[in-house]
Amino acid sequence: MRTESPGPPHEWLDDAAGPVVRPYTLTGGRVRSSVAGFDLVAYVLAEPDADPAAHPELQPEHRRLVELAGRPVAVAELAADLDLALGVVRVLLGDLLARGLVAVHQPPAAACLPDDDILKAVVSGLRAL
Amino acid sequence: MDSVRYDRSAPAARVPLALKILIAGGFGAGKTTLVSALSEVRPLQTEEVLTGAGIGTDDISGVETKSTTTVAMDFGRITINEDLQVYLFGTPGQDRFWFLWDELAFGALGAVVLADTRRLADCFPSIDYLEQRGIPFVVGVNCFDGARRFSLENVRQALDLDPDVPLVLCDARDRQSGKLVLIALVEHVARQRGEPVPAG
Repeated sequence: MRTESPGPPHEWLDDAAGPVVRPYTLTGGRVRSSVAGFDLVAYVLAEPDADPAAHPELQPEHRRLVELAGRPVAVAELAADLDLALGVVRVLLGDLLARGLVAVHQPPAAACLPDDDILKAVVSGLRAL
Repeated sequence: MDSVRYDRSAPAARVPLALKILIAGGFGAGKTTLVSALSEVRPLQTEEVLTGAGIGTDDISGVETKSTTTVAMDFGRITINEDLQVYLFGTPGQDRFWFLWDELAFGALGAVVLADTRRLADCFPSIDYLEQRGIPFVVGVNCFDGARRFSLENVRQALDLDPDVPLVLCDARDRQSGKLVLIALVEHVARQRGEPVPAG
């Protein structure tokens, strides 16, 4: 079941009780993303013509992710912004990627990075802090 | 590398390069404090949900019935320039979350191990982990108020550090001090690659 309501209402559930939705309810129980990857510091960027409204099956959290990704945002920051577990955000991002709503820019593998110019830039940037 | 840093289809939106640095050390060694002191944004927190169903098991019945726990990870960000951002990730302090380290450590530039001289042994597991995986690291001896002061040489001996691993005193609460630890790390990484970073 993939509606916003966490299920049949109970008497003891009200606004003050806060969300009782299990973390992976949002993903329909899926705990793994349909695509591998989504490093913590992979950047997510919404496609310029992304229109989440054209996908009524998406959750509000999906739409929020597309909004936030109007500029490049790291996966870890998206999870923090939405206050959702990383694993949940990865599943949702997989949905968006599959629909062509976002692009993901994985960080380069450690073996080929960073070159010396980058390290120099980091050191001088840190010194300037 | 260009394909990572620039989005060719939309030249206006440049995707920066992210460098990941781990802040490791024992529980209470000052990891969160250091991340807070250095981050340009309020330290962010993300969490991973663990289920008793086992990692990597795509089994919704498991998710339904097993107990869950969350592991919070602190992280912060330093923007070097528009093309370069440094992310600092505090590692989970508890040993039972070791498997999360693999994800955190993947592709990391290096690590800062914070040592508390009152509980020096607490940082041994971090050092072991990083040594085993060949991840460059520096050790920052966090100078807590009232903590016994040891000479760096004694600390180095107690930690059985390789002679080339930088060991620096620091105050995790102080941005300038923390900054110097990061610089020591980046210079150490550069040295390991064979080309020293000139001062300035």
